[in-house]
Amino acid sequence: MITQWFFKHGDRRGVIVIAFLVGIACLVPLLNLLVPDTSPLHVPTYLVSLLGKYLTYALLAVALDLVWGFCGILSLGHGAFFALGGYAMGMYLMRQIGPRGVYADPVLPDFMVFLNWKELPWFWYGFDNFWFAALMVVLVPGVLAFGFGWLAFRSRVTGVYLSIITQALTYALLLAFFRNDMGFGGNNGLTDFKDILGFNIQAGTTRSALFAATALFLALAVFVSGFIIRSKLGKVLVGVRDAESRMRFLGYRVDRYKLFVWTLSAMMAGIAGALYVPQVGIINPSEFEPANSIEAVIWVAVGGRGTIIGPIIGAVLVNFGKTYFTTAFPEAWLFALGALFILVTLFLPKGILGLYGAWKARRAADAAQKDDEVLPPVVKQSGKRVPAPEPQAAE
Amino acid sequence: MSLSRFLTIIAMLGLCLLPAAAGAQAVDDAKLKPLVEALAGDNFDDTSKAVSELAKSGAPRAAVILNALSAGDLYVSKTDKSVFLGVRDGSDYAATDPLSGAKLAPVPRSAAEKIKVNNRLRRDIAAAIGGLTLMSTDATERRSAAEAILKNRDPESIPLLDQAISAEKDAGIKMLMQRAKAAAVLNSSAADDVKIAAIAEIKSGNGREALGLLTPLAGIQGPVGEAAGAAISSINSELEIWNGIQNIVYGLSLGSVLLLAAIGLAITFGVMGVINMAHGEMVMIGAYTTFVVQQIVHASMPALSEYSLLIALPVAFLVSGGIGVVIERGIIRFLYGRPLETLLATWGISLVLQQATRSWFGASNVQVSSPSWMSGSFDVGMLTLTWSRLWIIVFALSVFAVLQLVLKKTMLGLRMRAVTQNRRMASSMGIRTPWVDALTFGLGSGIAGIAGVALSQIDNVSPNLGQGYIIDSFMVVVFGGVGNLWGTLVGAMSLGIANKFLEPFAGAVLGKILVLVLIILFIQKRPRGLFALKGRAIEA
Amino acid sequence: MKAKDTLLYLDGVSVSFDGFRAINNLSLVLQSGEMRAIIGPNGAGKTTMMDIITGKTKPDTGDVYFNGTVDLTGHDEAEIAMLGIGRKFQKPTVFESHTVEDNLVLALSGSRSAFSALFHRQSRDEADRILEILYTIRLFEKRHWLAANLSHGQKQWLEIGMLLAQDPKLLLVDEPVAGMTDAETAETAKLLRDIARTRSVIVVEHDMHFVRELDVKVTCLHEGSVLAEGSLDHVSNDQRVIEVYLGR
Repeated sequence: MITQWFFKHGDRRGVIVIAFLVGIACLVPLLNLLVPDTSPLHVPTYLVSLLGKYLTYALLAVALDLVWGFCGILSLGHGAFFALGGYAMGMYLMRQIGPRGVYADPVLPDFMVFLNWKELPWFWYGFDNFWFAALMVVLVPGVLAFGFGWLAFRSRVTGVYLSIITQALTYALLLAFFRNDMGFGGNNGLTDFKDILGFNIQAGTTRSALFAATALFLALAVFVSGFIIRSKLGKVLVGVRDAESRMRFLGYRVDRYKLFVWTLSAMMAGIAGALYVPQVGIINPSEFEPANSIEAVIWVAVGGRGTIIGPIIGAVLVNFGKTYFTTAFPEAWLFALGALFILVTLFLPKGILGLYGAWKARRAADAAQKDDEVLPPVVKQSGKRVPAPEPQAAE
Repeated sequence: MSLSRFLTIIAMLGLCLLPAAAGAQAVDDAKLKPLVEALAGDNFDDTSKAVSELAKSGAPRAAVILNALSAGDLYVSKTDKSVFLGVRDGSDYAATDPLSGAKLAPVPRSAAEKIKVNNRLRRDIAAAIGGLTLMSTDATERRSAAEAILKNRDPESIPLLDQAISAEKDAGIKMLMQRAKAAAVLNSSAADDVKIAAIAEIKSGNGREALGLLTPLAGIQGPVGEAAGAAISSINSELEIWNGIQNIVYGLSLGSVLLLAAIGLAITFGVMGVINMAHGEMVMIGAYTTFVVQQIVHASMPALSEYSLLIALPVAFLVSGGIGVVIERGIIRFLYGRPLETLLATWGISLVLQQATRSWFGASNVQVSSPSWMSGSFDVGMLTLTWSRLWIIVFALSVFAVLQLVLKKTMLGLRMRAVTQNRRMASSMGIRTPWVDALTFGLGSGIAGIAGVALSQIDNVSPNLGQGYIIDSFMVVVFGGVGNLWGTLVGAMSLGIANKFLEPFAGAVLGKILVLVLIILFIQKRPRGLFALKGRAIEA
Repeated sequence: MKAKDTLLYLDGVSVSFDGFRAINNLSLVLQSGEMRAIIGPNGAGKTTMMDIITGKTKPDTGDVYFNGTVDLTGHDEAEIAMLGIGRKFQKPTVFESHTVEDNLVLALSGSRSAFSALFHRQSRDEADRILEILYTIRLFEKRHWLAANLSHGQKQWLEIGMLLAQDPKLLLVDEPVAGMTDAETAETAKLLRDIARTRSVIVVEHDMHFVRELDVKVTCLHEGSVLAEGSLDHVSNDQRVIEVYLGR
């Protein structure tokens, strides 16, 4: 039915991506569980988790692109929402350990026993229920994003100012979560998980299920983003990105639109974090590092912002590169990442998809206007210098 | 940091040492000899009298002799009744002349007898030694003697202190002795009015020490207890004020660090609308330049080691500034009008620079030494300040002043201000904005390099140095507003002071978080910072 | 109250930026259905006046009333737009990565809430109105073009079309013919006169030719206040106006 709807609205690319994601959600677990180890088609469990991790990053990238690519809000703090979702899931997983911890306390997680805490802090209540934790995964990032966005957008903080403030936000949370008395495990974070929903978290089947869940959530995110972008609301968002004051003089409450997409994006990032934690087995404050959030931005830029599948391609490619480099040439990774930042901004402002679009446009120059992509690649692909840069500080 | 300032400090240090010479007393060995011989008197009373006479003489060796007597190392020869310092050496005593310290011929053990002491005598000797050091010709020895009494508050040392106070010529030590006496008086059974006077005396001294001395008295019934209580509360309120002053001074020095780190950022952001995420790395490069300059100076011209920081300043400015110009010409100029992309590209640059430094110098800290004129500390009222803290404040303010001059009085400054206010207009008036941009970026980066020289003195020099400051510097710029360096100054200083005032209540980390939250709330009221440019041209 | 029965009423309005008085004790009254041309040298405060009317800038002192009763100083841009004041910028501002048609869809009057936008389906009426406007601004053939690919003049027209779609009571039009050819200028004047039949319009323009073609009451601003008001002939014969324009 959903596919029907999508076909009717003519988004071929989106449907292909969703179909592909649903496909690998079935295929990868099958290749892991049913194909014997000896077969060349067998996907080892570690690879399932690694791919699952990439897909959570892709989900984060899709969320980030929704605000940056379509609405022009460059967030340097999306890692914070990702980490908050991850912590919410981590707290559930901690409570599932129960008396199997090192100190065998039936209720308190190990680190609390270690810190001589006598009872569970109030904000840990309820996390023994999965439904509650799942609610918190979207609610905590959502509420934070709503409060922050309400303050920022209402006072019209835009451009680099907003970027800097979002960076400060994740930095403040980084400092906060490092503190032991915050009650989130301090420096070491939350780890040593045992079960999720009663299944052993280390088991191959659980890993496969988590992978499938991630792929399906990503497909859902692609669907939701596509729905939004294709709606009138999506057009308003792109309008805000391109000419915010025009939008305002047309009578749109720009701050509310921004707040909507910003909060939604933060919730998506929270879900990404929640899927990430059980697959990597740990969540600690370093996830709040400002550097992580900026790295997520480059995934989007590499893939192509302002498109729905660009961020997915970018996240998977860059992280594959990271996995490869950090094992093969650990020294060279930061050079490569730094160069990527510079080269993409200088030569690939529309990312890989933009490159593909330009190639397609050249091949079918006469059909250029019919492209149905939201950010048509024909717009100023020449990279001509934008005349008379005004100081952006003063939008 | 000029040479004349350095000389002033040397001169000040010299002045402190002068009084030492004033306490010198000429003593005639010949006059002392009978006193020493009297130590071997027939009974303890005679010995005791001799001890106090010897102590009063103020002889430089008196303390040595009395210590030896107390320890049982003083002997008298059975043959000529001469007194010597002896150490057992087989069947002999290795002998030393007590007054001159000259070596004497060994004395057979059978030919000498130990001068006996009893407990009463030992006490006399101890008091006499205390008095002796109080009367010593060495100022530091007198000071430490007075401090020792201030601690043990022995009432028996009161007469000695009286004597020492009347002889003391150094005002500082005299005050210390008076306070020591007051402390001893409080510990004695003196009359109430004497004690109350002593309380007043103690109150005038070091606040925390005075609190320690007075607190045990506060519980006592009667006028002494009341006087002590009143004194405590007045000291406490005074301490509160000094605490505030300390927070302000510490805050100013933190603010100066922030100012140094942020001011270059404010210039590039204000003039070019460019956020330079690699700004922290320019600071880091400045710090590493200091390290390299120090190594070279140390190896080739050790005589100049003390001034290597002064040499590093222009070098760091040129190195960081040069790299800045290269970055601007090579990358940033292609991204004008796209501030968010600039932000990402400069982040990439910062990653490359960090990793390059790590590959070159290693990931761990390098050692940058401090010249002598930056180490040590001094007291002002009830607080202790380190010289490095003071220098950072002076230095940051000088950099600020020089920069203001450059912006106000030079052609480059005029052009930069023109471009800040209206880029299009400036360009149509024939100002070559690309060059202004390159030089501005170079200037901003060069100042970051200078900041690195200063930060190498107070922070660890490692490839991550810049990352530690970048977010705080951004906050300063956001808070202070762009287009006016005064905003940066006020922003940096208020953030520094706010941090230091929040720390005691909230702890360092929570304090920092609070400041971040406050800034986020602040920009609700003034989205463009404290000192924002206003007007139509800006908002277009 | 004097503001009664007027569409736009400005009285004693002043605003200054960092000590510079952009608008100085400005008073201006516009009747319902009236078209007015505003002229004045650079820096006379024309654009700042528009900023004040549309809520972008808050005046330091003075009254600004719309429709006789609505105090505009208490509303922001979006609310003022919804009250029925449309504004065209000096530099044509359209949504470059949207098609011409989508630009009009966004401008079309109706609910501005985010949730209705999320589930919005275009109605028959709306489609008709868009078609009508596309013909009016002569962009029907180019309705699927990206706005970015339009010529300068076409962008100006698209922006005027967006104003029409907004269906305002009052249009503020800032230099609509800057960068247009003579033929386009004449067309634009005709278009504005058409529009003025059903709505009130304020046009800010430098081009005297164009103003003459509009044939409406003219207000000349200088240093933030009204220097002269009346027919173009009356204003252009005013000694002070000549002084201001021809230099002192």
